[in-house]
This record gives sequence, structure tokens and C-alpha cells, in this order.
Amino acid sequence: MFSAEYLALLYSALMALAIIVYAVLDGYDLGVGILLPGNNKPAADTMIASIGPFWDANETWLVLAVGLALIAFPTAHSIILQALYLPIAFMLLGLILRGVAFDFRAKAKTRYRQTWDRCFKLGSLITAFTQGYMLGLYVMSFEHSLASHLFAALSGVGVIAAYTLIGAGWLIMKCEGEIQNSAIRWCRLSNLIALLGVLAVSMVNPLINAYVQTRWFGTEISLLMLPLPLICMVLFIIQDRVLVKLNQNPSYGCWLPFAITVMIFLLCFFGLVYSFFPYVVPGTLTIFDALADPSALTFMLYGVVLVVPAIIGYTLFSYRVFWGKTQDLSYY
Amino acid sequence: MLDTLLLSRIQFAANISFHILFPTITIALAWFLVFFKFRYDQTGEAVWLRAYRFWVKIFALTFALGVVSGITMSFQFGTNWPGFMERIGNIAGPLLGYEVLTAFFMEATFLGIMLFGMKRVSPRLHTFATLIVAIGTTLSAFWILSLNSWLQTPTGYTLVDGVFYPKDWFEIIFNPSFGYRFFHMLLASALTASFLMAGISAYRLLKEDHKHAPKLTLKVSLTVAALLAPMQMFVGDLHGLNTFEHQPQKVAAMEGVWETEQGAPLLLFALPDEQTRTNHFEVAIPKLASLILTHDKDGEIKGLNEFKGEHPPVKPVFFGFRIMVGIGVLMILVALVARYTLWKHSTLPTWQLKALVVMTFSGWIATLAGWYVTEIGRQPFMVNGLVKIEELVTTVPSEHVLLTLIGYLALYAVLLTAYIKTLFYTARNAVQVEEYQTTPVQGGQYV
Repeated sequence: MFSAEYLALLYSALMALAIIVYAVLDGYDLGVGILLPGNNKPAADTMIASIGPFWDANETWLVLAVGLALIAFPTAHSIILQALYLPIAFMLLGLILRGVAFDFRAKAKTRYRQTWDRCFKLGSLITAFTQGYMLGLYVMSFEHSLASHLFAALSGVGVIAAYTLIGAGWLIMKCEGEIQNSAIRWCRLSNLIALLGVLAVSMVNPLINAYVQTRWFGTEISLLMLPLPLICMVLFIIQDRVLVKLNQNPSYGCWLPFAITVMIFLLCFFGLVYSFFPYVVPGTLTIFDALADPSALTFMLYGVVLVVPAIIGYTLFSYRVFWGKTQDLSYY
Repeated sequence: MLDTLLLSRIQFAANISFHILFPTITIALAWFLVFFKFRYDQTGEAVWLRAYRFWVKIFALTFALGVVSGITMSFQFGTNWPGFMERIGNIAGPLLGYEVLTAFFMEATFLGIMLFGMKRVSPRLHTFATLIVAIGTTLSAFWILSLNSWLQTPTGYTLVDGVFYPKDWFEIIFNPSFGYRFFHMLLASALTASFLMAGISAYRLLKEDHKHAPKLTLKVSLTVAALLAPMQMFVGDLHGLNTFEHQPQKVAAMEGVWETEQGAPLLLFALPDEQTRTNHFEVAIPKLASLILTHDKDGEIKGLNEFKGEHPPVKPVFFGFRIMVGIGVLMILVALVARYTLWKHSTLPTWQLKALVVMTFSGWIATLAGWYVTEIGRQPFMVNGLVKIEELVTTVPSEHVLLTLIGYLALYAVLLTAYIKTLFYTARNAVQVEEYQTTPVQGGQYV
């Protein structure tokens, strides 16, 4: 059996991995949903075709993240989920709407198709907003004040922008012609909004939270960490330049916006984890205190070691199968 | 009074009832698809591919509904039942975790290849992807039924200050009721999917669909139903005997036995009354219940009065059991008669086709009734005999739970209606499609 301390670190690393993979993967397909046009069926079809083979597996990372919290840190899981009762219910509503709309739009009567498209878009928006809202409440340590809810709403808008950004990056990479051109425009706009969002959260977070302030300004490694926000800012600026170039010449590295966005996601997420580590419920509960029974977690670990590499392997395989520009999607 | 506990229970029951409808179909439908695809690879006959194409659409829709309603439940453990994970988490956590790791990812990823990848991978790899999805759905059932069975018949644990710790994982996973429940559920899924397939195929035939595919799927599904429906009766009986051994109070409620009896009768009908603790309007076959449960016509069956305050509400368990068995018997009759007619005359008369359309969702009703028997039959306990459900509930205000409950119920009503309508719409649509091209175009594909 492994020591409790080791298991706590390992399971929090796994949980962090699941969350960031979820944010990137489901982020792009939610982003595509947010960008879905209401009045252009061929474009909507192609956009949905680009995420068709993936969305289901992407969403599974959320189940894994929640599952890991449930298994490894049950006390934290129940504190967080009870505090977020209503936003979670709304998020689930969004996820349900989106997931079923994807299948219904292709099979239901033509006159209902547009309704399902709207459900798809609305579901994606609700999911993105509520996830941001919950992130905001988490950062504010679930404090129920007006300021805290305003901040959460701001964070919700930030996550909509972030998912739109990565969704547009995905479309630039996977589509051509008209859709790619519009995606470049959407990408530039959401790049700007996401930049403002990141700036706002980065400034507010250390101001309101003494622990976060110490993490960034008060320890020996703080100095080493400070370049991170700078690199993040530089990436936003590079992104903007790349998009201008892409607009003039569509064959210029169409994968770049997606790749840059993934790097931005990674940096922001790392910053967030660093801000709160080792707390799993900010200011209340650390990963070491919240840990479940080590013997149960050791039993679980065998599966993790054997299965997670396999999951990564066949996920990569599936992306290779559907590599390249999206073609029409039909059930075969 | 609508308190948080009651509302949370209604909400979880609504969610899980809605959820189970879809996996019940997909677990077995996936294996039907493997069979269709395998036969196509083997024979090269286009009709197998047509059957595959039609049913893969229904599979995709059903699977999506199963996924989204399943995600809801993984959150509800935390939002509404925090005590569940705090006390049972060391057992339930790894079992749920293994379900996510070994089943969910595999299903979801290979589903993409199965649905959209036929032009992009080799035929053999595509069949393999279909097989992996089928294995995934079955593995998922394996883990979740292991957990459910553990709650019914807990073994392999130690209990310290109200918290469960694992002692022997083999005993936990293969707990005494697991094998019975797992096979009972797999057969339930096979029957639900076959009656769905038979019903929709019959509907297409009634709508004058003269293609070969619906005739073929009618034959395949009726063959499976005729073989497995009688077997389900047998497995169900073994499952009942297992329950009699481990949860006698549940069986007492199923049989409507109040006082401990030797030579208890089998009640075909009765109206159990919890106030007077007696039955009204009994229609009974003497000594049969004792004979079935103890293999002795004068065997003893413990009555509900021995478990006062700790037995389940009698009416839902009693009637749920009768609905399940009644529909089960009906399914056996319909499957045998229809399969026999098909064998004799190689076609079905209109009245039999209509009967099959009526029976399209019979598997759903029997499965739900069966789950109500086993789950309500475990009340008032979460872990049989050890932890009561009321100990585990959330502190969230009841108005919030009421709000979300109304939201879920409204959404589920819309989705269920849309699902059923879409199934029949897809069937009608298939009728109108011209006879398919029978010569392969590029890459062995048919259009």
C-alpha cells in the first residue's frame, strides 16, 4: 500500500489532468456549439460534423474528473457539490440539451431540426457559462455575497470566451472556405475578450485572497512563477498576429490558433492550481485532509496505471482516424 | 410535507428510472449490431449492412440519451447524497471508478469510429470497433450491478465508526447476489432490445415496407426473444431464491406474507393493507409460494411482522413484482407464438404484427417494474440492514431540490416523447427510401 501523502499527490495530479483535458477537449466542442449559425444549414452541418466523432468521449473526461473527486476526496466532493447545487443543475440541463440535440437534429423531422439546432447552441452556452460561474464561486471560496456572484458571472462570461476561442481555433484547423474565414473573425474577437477575462481574474484573485497573494508574491519560488502570466499575455498577442496573417493567407499554419489556445489553457490552469495548492476546498480543506481510505485508492490505482495509458492511446488513434479537414458526416 | 429527503429521493428515482431505459436497450442492441456487421463481413450480403445502418442510427440516439442522463447521476451522488460517498465511498468509489476507466472511455471513443468511421478504417477494424463498444456497454453493466448488488448483499468489508472499509475486493465485487442480478439484467436488456427491434420491424412491415431488411431483423429479434424469454423466467426464479436467502423481508413484501407461515399460498392478486397488516381480495393458489421458495410445500416463509419498522412499503413491491412477472409471461407467449408462425408460414398475419407493435416497449415496463421491486424492496436501507437512506441526505434547502426536480421531470417528459416519436419517424422514413443499390460502389460500400 502506498503512503497517504503520496496517494493524495498522485490523485490530485490525476484529477488536474482530467480537468484540463476536459477543458481543452469539451471546450472546443462547446465552443463550436456556441458558434453554431442559426440560418446556415450547410455550415451548421459541417461544423457539427467536425466534432461528431469526438464529443461523447470528450464529455467522459468530466465524468472522470468528478469521479476522481468522488473517489479520492469524498468530503471535498460533497462540500463543493452541495455548495454549487443550482449551478450544477443548470450545467446538467445544458449538457443534456446539447447531447441529445446532436442526435435529434440528424434524425428528427425537418421542421424540428432548427429547434434542435437552437437547443444545441443554447445548451453549449449554458454549459460554458455555468462552468465559469462555478469556477468563480470556487475562487471566491463559495462566499455568498453580491460581489462574489458578480465575480462568478464575470468568470462565466470569461469561460464562454475561452471556449469560443478554442472552438474557433478548432474550426480554423478542421474547416475550409467560408467557415474558416468566419472562424478567424470569431477567434480574434474571443481572443480579446478572453485576454481581458484572464487579466481581470489574475488581478482580482490575489487581491481578495491572502493565501493566493502569498503564493504569488511571498515565497521563494514566487519569483520563478511570475514569468508565467507574462508568457500568457505574450501568447495572446502572438495569437492575434497569427490570425491577421491567416486572414491574408489561409494556408498559413491553420493549426496554430488551436495550439496557441491550448498553451494558454495550460498556463491559466497551472496558475490556478498553483494558487490554491494544496487546498482542494479553498481555505478549508487540503488534499491531505480530504483523502479517502488509502487501501481503496491503492486498489483503484492498479486500474489507473493499466487503463489510463490505453485510454490516451486509443483517444490519439481516434483523432488520427478523423485527421484532416472535415468531410460530410453520415452514419456508416 | 415535501422535505429535502423526500424530494431528493423522488429526484434520484426519477433520474435513475429515466436513465435505465436507455442502457437497457444499448447493452443488447450493441451485440445485435456486432452480429449484423459480422454477418455482413462473412457473407457480403447487402441486407446485413442495411440492417446495421438502420439500427446503428437508433443505437446512436439511445446511447446519447443514456450518456447525458448518466452524467446527471454521477453529480447527484455529491449534490443530494453526500453521506453516501462519505460512508460508502471506499467501496462504491473504486467500483464506479473502474466503470469510468474500463467502460465509458472505451465505449465513447470507439463509438465515434463505429458511427462515422466506416469509410476511414478497414472493414475489419470497423467491426472490431463495434465489438469494443458492445464489450464496453456490458462491462459498464458489470461494474454498476456489482455496486448495486453489494448494497443489497454487502460482504468483504469492515465497518469502523459508521464508515465502510474494503477488506476483500473479490468478495466485494462478486458478492452473493451479483451473479444473479447481472445475468437477470443482461437478459432483461436482450429481451427489451429484441422486442424493440421486433416492434419497429413489424411497424415497417405494416407500413408496406417490402425490403428484405425489416423481415430479416424481425426474424433475428424473434429468435432471440423466443430463446431468452423462457430462460429469463428460470434466471429470475434463481434470483428470487437468492433474495429469499439474503433479504427475506423483500420476498415477504413481494409475496404479501404478513405472518410467518408454513405452506404459504401464492397470491395471484391481493390488495395489501399496511394499516391493518392484512390483504384484501386475495386470489391464491395454496402452498405454491412455499413450494417455489423452499422446494417444500410446507416450507416456512418469514412474514413482514418479523421485520416491523424495517421492511419496505408493501404495495409497490407487491404490485411491481406482479407487473414484471405478468409482462414476462406475456413476452414468452408472444415470442413463442410469433416465432412459431414465422417458422411455419415464413410471414406473420397482420394481427400478430400489430401485437408486436403494441409490445415494442414491453421490455421497458418489465425492467422498470423489476428494478422497483428490488430497489424499493431494499428500503428503508441504503446498505441492506446497515445504513438507512435518511442518514445520507444533503443539507441543500428543499426549495432548491423542488426546483431542480420540476426541471428534470419536464425535460425528461419532452425527451421521452421526442425519443419515441423519432424512433417511429425513422422507421417510416426507412420505408420511403428506394430499394437500396445492390452492387457495391467504391470500397465495398453500399448506398
